[in-house]
Amino acid sequence: MTRIAPLLLLALGIALAACEREDRSFRPKPVASETEEKIALAPLSPGSGTPTVYTSGKGEEFEKNAYHLSQGKQLYKWFNCVGCHSNGGGGSGPPLMDDIWIYGGSIENVVHTIREGRPNGMPSFRGKIPDDQIWEIAAYVRSMSGNAPKDAAPSRDDHMHPHPSENRTPTSPPVSGGTMPPSGQAP
Amino acid sequence: MRARYDIRVSGGAFGREGLSPLPAYGERPSGAEGGDRVRGRLRTSLLQIRPLTPAPLRFARLALPRKALSPHAGRGIRRRHAFPGHLLALVVLVLALSGCNGTQSALDPAGPQAQDLARLFWIFSAVLGAIWLAVMAALGLSLRAHGPSNIDPLDTDPAAERRHSVVVTILAVATGATVLVLTALSYAAQKNLFAVEEEEAVTIRVTGHQWWWEVRYEEPDASRTFTTANEIHVPVGQPIKVKLNSSDVIHSFWVPNLMGKQDLITGRENDIRFVAERPGVYRGQCAEFCGFQHAHMGLLVVAEPQEEFDRWRDGQIKAADPPRDPEGRKGQEAFLTKPCVMCHAVRGTPAGGRIGPELTHVASRRTLAAGTLPMSRGNLAAWIVDPHGVKPGVNMPLIKLEPDELNSIAAFLEGLK
Repeated sequence: MTRIAPLLLLALGIALAACEREDRSFRPKPVASETEEKIALAPLSPGSGTPTVYTSGKGEEFEKNAYHLSQGKQLYKWFNCVGCHSNGGGGSGPPLMDDIWIYGGSIENVVHTIREGRPNGMPSFRGKIPDDQIWEIAAYVRSMSGNAPKDAAPSRDDHMHPHPSENRTPTSPPVSGGTMPPSGQAP
Repeated sequence: MRARYDIRVSGGAFGREGLSPLPAYGERPSGAEGGDRVRGRLRTSLLQIRPLTPAPLRFARLALPRKALSPHAGRGIRRRHAFPGHLLALVVLVLALSGCNGTQSALDPAGPQAQDLARLFWIFSAVLGAIWLAVMAALGLSLRAHGPSNIDPLDTDPAAERRHSVVVTILAVATGATVLVLTALSYAAQKNLFAVEEEEAVTIRVTGHQWWWEVRYEEPDASRTFTTANEIHVPVGQPIKVKLNSSDVIHSFWVPNLMGKQDLITGRENDIRFVAERPGVYRGQCAEFCGFQHAHMGLLVVAEPQEEFDRWRDGQIKAADPPRDPEGRKGQEAFLTKPCVMCHAVRGTPAGGRIGPELTHVASRRTLAAGTLPMSRGNLAAWIVDPHGVKPGVNMPLIKLEPDELNSIAAFLEGLK
């Protein structure tokens, strides 16, 4: 018995550790102004090295959080992102499930795209979507190409989607310029 | 049965006076003035004030003044000072009886459907209560009865055996008959409930959302169709049909005074019919756990005479009046340029969001946030500025507003009668 007891205790400790997968605050922090991200839209910089960027760290918190990702999925539908980008396959807007990121593929870049808008059709949502919700949508958009932890990404689609649910989508990290699909490659 | 306890007296806000340790019988706490640590003796039985006292009452007793627990007071006096048993029984009875009527009670039916269910409830309670009493009485009698102590198990008495089998047979048949009769009654009531007796006068489509009710009055004439939320008005004495659907998870529509429960399921339409025979305001509640704010997913059914209902419906069909005072105009301007417009609709303005409740005539409703707050300008402002303080986890986000904008938006919404 005395030999089993520590093992049992250890098992109990491990089991209890699994109870809290993540923290979810039921009362968001009082709204502050939008975070200051300094992003680069191009991978090139004069001299040696990559462009200087500064991130607030909010992205990491949102991208690993199942609640934020699933809220992002709901908001993606509610705010009619589907209208132009479809469920990731693209329409009058570019597809979001591939590895081509015209304005950069990090979550900060996506947040900026939603906040500022982009030429030729992407509206600016600054002041219309609260900052936290923009981060949620951006985190979800990245999960559409598998750039989110598998245990946090949404696992269910309520509608017909051109790809498996986000937690089963193969990861395709951003590629500068994107990879050519097989259909576009020369024979 | 004496145990030693170490009691640490907190020196915080509740100080020594607030949480003084209970002295042992016939002892004064020693060293209470000296330090933070008080060593005293407690009789374990002191905490077991009475065997069947519910836990909250036991704690209440611990908080009672020391005099009530004084060992010099004696047992009888202690009882009177504390919480007498008959007072407790009275409180329980009053609480139980208060469930029999009111704005949300299945035992105060206001329509034939609820009447059928209430009748069924009382018949079942009476029959099963009588059976329970009979069984308990038989048990009590058998416990008191003393047979001969030296029974020979091999001894047989054919006459007694026959008597016993007759009794057992009668009881078995009675049990079967009770089950059959109650099943038949239940079946008859359900047949009645689901029967379509007359064509409905009003058709309402209710869609469940986390955590509010979208209400759409359907009419063949599309210009007389309109949407509202969380408050259903119906004419008295008219058959109503409610079509139920859900947008996210399973909810359940239940207005106890008027009808039984019916689930709202995504991708499926469930119907429920009811008639309100008495004018009044009846509260309904989501009856299927649907997330954090399930308990705050209420709705009101307002049953009113036909003319009043028609007047209400005509008012709801109309678009919102433009605000008359400058404050309201400022509020409308803020409403249309702030995030409100992404989710909410106000007919007569460019706001056309379909995600949150329709606000065209929000101030004509009695409550706010699905039966959570009474409608008032103050509550409107409170709900906008801190929705998660009122309903933690709700989908309404915190938005950035200047104080004067908040004031103006509350004024604008208050004007949407």
